[in-house]
Amino acid sequence: MPVEEALLPKDLAAAEGMVNVQINGVWHRFPKGTRLIEAIGKSGDEVPHYCYHPKLSSPGNCRMCMVEIGMPARLAPGAEPTYDDEGYLPIQWMPRPAISCATMVSENLGVRTKSTLVEEARHGVMEFLLANHPLDCPICDQAGECRLQEFAVGHGRGGSRFVEQKTKKPKNVDIGPRIRLDDERCIMCSRCIRFMDEVAMDPVLGFSERGGYTTLGVHPGRKLDHNYGLNTVDICPVGALTCNDFRFQMRVWFLKETPSIDTNCGTGINTVIWTRNDQVYRITPRENNDVNSCWMPDSHRLNFHYLHGQHRLTSSLVRDGDHHRSAPSHNAAGKVASALKSAPKGTAALVVSSRLTNEEMFLAKRLAEKCGISAIATVPREGEADDYLVAADRNPNTQGFLRIFGDQDRAATLQSLRDDVRSGKIRTLLTLQEDLLAPEAGFTQDDLEKLDFLASLHLLDNGTAAAADVVLAGSGFPENRGSMINVTGRLQRLNRAINPPGEALTNWEWLATLLRETGADVFDGEAAAFKALAASDELWQDLTLARIPDNGIQLYETGIKIPLVERERERIARGEING
Amino acid sequence: MDSIRYIAGKEPHPRERRMIFRNVDREGWDTRFATYVADGGYLELRKALAMKPAEVTAEVRTSGLRGRGGAGFPTGVKWTFIPPDNTKPVYLICNADESEPGTFKDRYILHQDPHQLLEGMAIAAYAVGARKAFIYIREEFPDAARILEEAIDEAVRENILGENILGTEFSLEIIVHRGAGAYICGEETGLIESLEGKRPYPRIKPPYFPAALGLWMCPTIVNNVETLCHVKHVIAMGGSEYAAVGTRNNSGTRILCVSGDVVKPGYYEIEVGRMTLGELIDDVCGGMRPGRALKAVIPGGSSSKVLRGDETFTIRTPDGASSGLALRDIPLDFDTLAACGSMAGSGGVIVIDDSRSISWVLNNINAFYAHESCGQCTPCREGALWMRKITDRVVEGRGTPTDIDTLLSIAGQIEGRTICAFGEACAWPTQSFIHKFRDELTGATSEDNAAKASNPEAVAQRRYLAEAAAAGSAR
Repeated sequence: MPVEEALLPKDLAAAEGMVNVQINGVWHRFPKGTRLIEAIGKSGDEVPHYCYHPKLSSPGNCRMCMVEIGMPARLAPGAEPTYDDEGYLPIQWMPRPAISCATMVSENLGVRTKSTLVEEARHGVMEFLLANHPLDCPICDQAGECRLQEFAVGHGRGGSRFVEQKTKKPKNVDIGPRIRLDDERCIMCSRCIRFMDEVAMDPVLGFSERGGYTTLGVHPGRKLDHNYGLNTVDICPVGALTCNDFRFQMRVWFLKETPSIDTNCGTGINTVIWTRNDQVYRITPRENNDVNSCWMPDSHRLNFHYLHGQHRLTSSLVRDGDHHRSAPSHNAAGKVASALKSAPKGTAALVVSSRLTNEEMFLAKRLAEKCGISAIATVPREGEADDYLVAADRNPNTQGFLRIFGDQDRAATLQSLRDDVRSGKIRTLLTLQEDLLAPEAGFTQDDLEKLDFLASLHLLDNGTAAAADVVLAGSGFPENRGSMINVTGRLQRLNRAINPPGEALTNWEWLATLLRETGADVFDGEAAAFKALAASDELWQDLTLARIPDNGIQLYETGIKIPLVERERERIARGEING
Repeated sequence: MDSIRYIAGKEPHPRERRMIFRNVDREGWDTRFATYVADGGYLELRKALAMKPAEVTAEVRTSGLRGRGGAGFPTGVKWTFIPPDNTKPVYLICNADESEPGTFKDRYILHQDPHQLLEGMAIAAYAVGARKAFIYIREEFPDAARILEEAIDEAVRENILGENILGTEFSLEIIVHRGAGAYICGEETGLIESLEGKRPYPRIKPPYFPAALGLWMCPTIVNNVETLCHVKHVIAMGGSEYAAVGTRNNSGTRILCVSGDVVKPGYYEIEVGRMTLGELIDDVCGGMRPGRALKAVIPGGSSSKVLRGDETFTIRTPDGASSGLALRDIPLDFDTLAACGSMAGSGGVIVIDDSRSISWVLNNINAFYAHESCGQCTPCREGALWMRKITDRVVEGRGTPTDIDTLLSIAGQIEGRTICAFGEACAWPTQSFIHKFRDELTGATSEDNAAKASNPEAVAQRRYLAEAAAAGSAR
């Protein structure tokens, strides 16, 4: 009867563009076009896999994700379908397992992920993958985050029946300036090849040789030197591709993971900072489909060694004749605060870096108000966008600066500040995390010598510090907590991964101390500053710092698009990937 | 037919029916266009061009023609898999990558009768709507590639190929593409990848069925050389008359390539199912080598499952009754060989006598598949090489009885778990050889070898596994 038929689950699902899939005896509903492996994941079960990656095409080559599937039996001509009590057709199970990465969900599909057939298939694949894999886990960088190790525990046989000579392949191959290849560890999943082809669009990787002797390599005459090459190390499920920078530095299980964001450009790529004992060991991208997908440029991820380098300031300095001597923090801060407070009106200025967090900027603004400083400039940092993730704006928080200090022509403001220093109008200057002698800031040594009082809050002993009367040892990005707004208008949170070294303080602590020295009320931490900031801006009103989601929140649209993310959306729309 | 004379010493056996091989070894025959036309060539193309494409396909369906490449899929049915609402170009590919060990039929067509293939291709292209066709020819046939190219040039000059063939609307370009020496290029999706200029990694099916998503993601029909030649004869005879040749559901003739331990190995074109294996070996091929007995037969190329010489098969007839069938009584058709647990495959019949060591034969086959595995997917890449390493040891007298169990288990872990049928191709020999000749294989191994293993780690491993197994059975 038509009325009853209309109530069948398949019709209800179809009306919403969905299909019904039975997973381990329970019926679920998924959108058409979903890959089975993703559907099973959404159902709360996990399918072990090596070659499948949601951002890349599905070659189906590792065979690890095989599951048992079944479909309704094909009806004999003229036969009527017999639905069960719930309105589903009986499932006829197939004798062979199917790969879930390339199988699309379909109506009345049945899936078993825990049957004997599935377990045996996984045992078989695990045994094959380990047959020729070197068991050098004790010295392998991937140990601890290796999919072979992980799935050997859950889906392996325990023992090995392989007593033959293992296949020999090239080891310690220098395939690029930042990456090293151990071909014996490679399980030929082709993720790296597909990444370089489909995402980096520089297909330099490929297989040569055949069968069990298949060898990964770079195209003759080329190197894997692309600025996104290190992503291949991230997605390599084994220790075949390792990062020269991180290699042999630390066992990964000792590292603490802190989700944060990158501060090398305005994109605000989502990251994980890997640390131990207040030292950063590596930075990897964190998935955020609105910002950076799963990827990150090498130039950004490797830019952290300066935090622990020889130019790092570990205590504050005050000028004593022609040299600096280290000074207690309150002493140094007291000197800066009194210089700012005592400067005649119109003769003091602030340079506020657009690398500061919103909260730090908010405090800087308060400080300026308290001291009656109206000359405030930031240093624009323009580069070229790279058509992937890197934004033309190399400051991570230009949007925040404009929102807090007001829309302005930043280059012109900076130019007029330079002019005022040169003319002698400005005689007292505090620079917050900017080296004024850097080309983009454009000050000269002569300019700085004209000042009566120069103070620098920075983490490095740069040229400005050398010329400064007081140097405040500040903090770098993994030591800060706060929020930033990226080039697209997305509010994201920076989390503290480590503490500043020695007697260095965080930027926040310095600004709070300066404010306190000027006699102002000080917020009880970054979160309180965010709350005050949010109260003054209707876009942020319902937010607190802690309530910013890990993937950020879009406050407004600037119209700037991230090319790589746009391309990924097109691939999803074309059904090439599930994303 | 009577007027045809063959080169002395290469005359067909009286029990053969030469259709495809009509001109092979024919006296006074050469590969020129004029020779082919003087013999009535290209009349079937004219006939086909006067029909509607769908009518040509219908004739092929009626004929019951089944693919001669290995799988034996009905050709006319394959052609209808092109999506009806297709708007993309359609391609026809002739699979001339004849590389299944034991198979040597297509090479004679390519070398001696190229125009027969071109005519068959033109008819097939017309039927499926292709305007461009490829002949993917293996690297090992350089002369054949040159001969084909010359034949194509001649045919274009004579307006048999090219633009507006024979004054009709139909145009067809045929391109000869040389492979680079890889067995996997005989797998149709591997072939297509190779033709696209990539590594010949077979594609996953679903979704990449060539008839819908083939060459450059366009509908593509891939047929074997012999199959395409049969198309010409289907048109010549008409589908129903062709279907009367051979037996029911196993129509036409097929070329068997007999190699191994018979007196007269060679190629023989027979009506499908009208001859038994015994007749082929004892009558047509002159019997086993003197003083030797039949030990085994691999009936359809190296990947088909081996049959034992003294085996009796139980065959179920359509009426439900079952009957015993000795190896020599098996009729050479698609269905009976399948019922006997093997397959007609590519027509490569490999005869093995009692002088051969089974472990050597299996190792020879394993070495081939380990060498030819493309390496794309895990089970075949790792398993094929592993099996070869084990049979290497067995042949060298260093095997242990448990190796035979391990071999069988590895084959089971490959079969049905791979992207393409290579998994079956490399698993079936091991499975069937162990199934049929386990005693002989085990006899080639020794328990002592386990203790003698030079690798201390292996000894420790074996002890651990034995203890684990004992603990498991105690529990």
